[in-house]
Amino acid sequence: MRAPLSTAIAIAAGGLTLLGLLIPVDPLVAIRTRLVEWVIVLAGVAGLVAIVHLLSVHWRKMTARRNKNFNSAFLLIAFVITFITGITLKPSHPTMQRIVTHIQVPIEASLMGVLAISLTVAAIRLFQKRGGWMSIVFAISAFVFLVIGSGLLSASANIPVLKDVLAAVNALPIAGARGILMGVALGSLTTGLRVLLGSDRPYSG
Amino acid sequence: MISLTGVLGLGVVFLTIALIIILRMLGKDREKPAFRRIAAFDDLKKSIGLAVENGSRIHVTLGKSSLTQPTNTSALAGLSTLDRIAQISSSSDKPPVATSGDGGLTLLSQDTLRSAYRNVHAPELYDPGRGRLTGITPMSYIAGTLHVTTHEDVSAHVMIGNFGPEIALVAEAAEHAGAFSLAASDSLPAQAALFAVAEKPIIGEELFAAPTYLGASRSHSASLQVQDILRWGVIVVLIGGALLKAMGML
Repeated sequence: MRAPLSTAIAIAAGGLTLLGLLIPVDPLVAIRTRLVEWVIVLAGVAGLVAIVHLLSVHWRKMTARRNKNFNSAFLLIAFVITFITGITLKPSHPTMQRIVTHIQVPIEASLMGVLAISLTVAAIRLFQKRGGWMSIVFAISAFVFLVIGSGLLSASANIPVLKDVLAAVNALPIAGARGILMGVALGSLTTGLRVLLGSDRPYSG
Repeated sequence: MISLTGVLGLGVVFLTIALIIILRMLGKDREKPAFRRIAAFDDLKKSIGLAVENGSRIHVTLGKSSLTQPTNTSALAGLSTLDRIAQISSSSDKPPVATSGDGGLTLLSQDTLRSAYRNVHAPELYDPGRGRLTGITPMSYIAGTLHVTTHEDVSAHVMIGNFGPEIALVAEAAEHAGAFSLAASDSLPAQAALFAVAEKPIIGEELFAAPTYLGASRSHSASLQVQDILRWGVIVVLIGGALLKAMGML
């Protein structure tokens, strides 16, 4: 669908959804609910289309004349097995659950393990890579909150002055996070409204 | 029932729309406004130029946020960035590749690439295989994206979107491969992880400035100016609120 028809539909749907959210009167809420239901169905279909596309990309990689990628064969075989098992047995079947808990969960857990080591090494290398006061603040704050979070100071939480100091220090990350999130919210607002105004049209291909 | 919050929200929305339109119209006959220098975006421009010169690829990853989630706006900023990168690097032998962890986002990345090449009058460059879903769970998305970092001759990675801390694995792989990496996310855990790992981390709302710094349309500049105006508004409201509270009037 080419602009301006697709743009008009996107602006109308976005505008009605926003109005339904901010002015919760019955007709607007009904329209918003219906539109959101349609979007959820469409997002599901888009997911299926993208999965088929993912398979086609790996099929092309596996059957390419030059630089064949045999790793793609594992993905395709795993997909076919999981898909057939899921369709025939349904996701709640014990065999399907075993596939998830004995294959997918351990693999994801091992990736998390690698991530923990990567982050530790990266934190140590931070000073070599990027000097400056921001790196020093980052390292000191990471260390301080690691100590506080570990519970090492929990015994001294009854000491009046230290208790207040700890409470003040604990409030710092919340304040910082709120500051960052406010900025992100403003950016989200202007980005969303640019789409609503038709200035940004990621759907115009 | 119309609430005060709803009315205030509607007021902010209309004010923002009005400001974007006014600033866009005012900027029509003038030069683009000058924004403060952000070194990460200067380095990104250099990396795009280098990638075009040495025939390597640029990889843009857009995160895992679904279109139905509020966190999706960071991916929209990523899509605008992808659009600019595709246009700037259209003379490259190897067009950019976009990866994402959501089906809807994948289709939008393909649409964005198609639209970018049509805008530079090179529709033949479009290949739907360059907009890919790499996985539908956070970890499978990262595992699939890691494959792109090591197998596709990528010299610059741009990570803009909603990620978990696991995105650090991609930034780490990029560093091992000697590639440039710019990373920005709306998620706080991802920002913390990327600050330690990525070559050029972007903190907070600067992620929404990426398209503007790559020379996107006037509406992008206008919306960045509006963002600054609104930020001052928030500062005034916060300080005013604190003062009123201190005086016992709130």
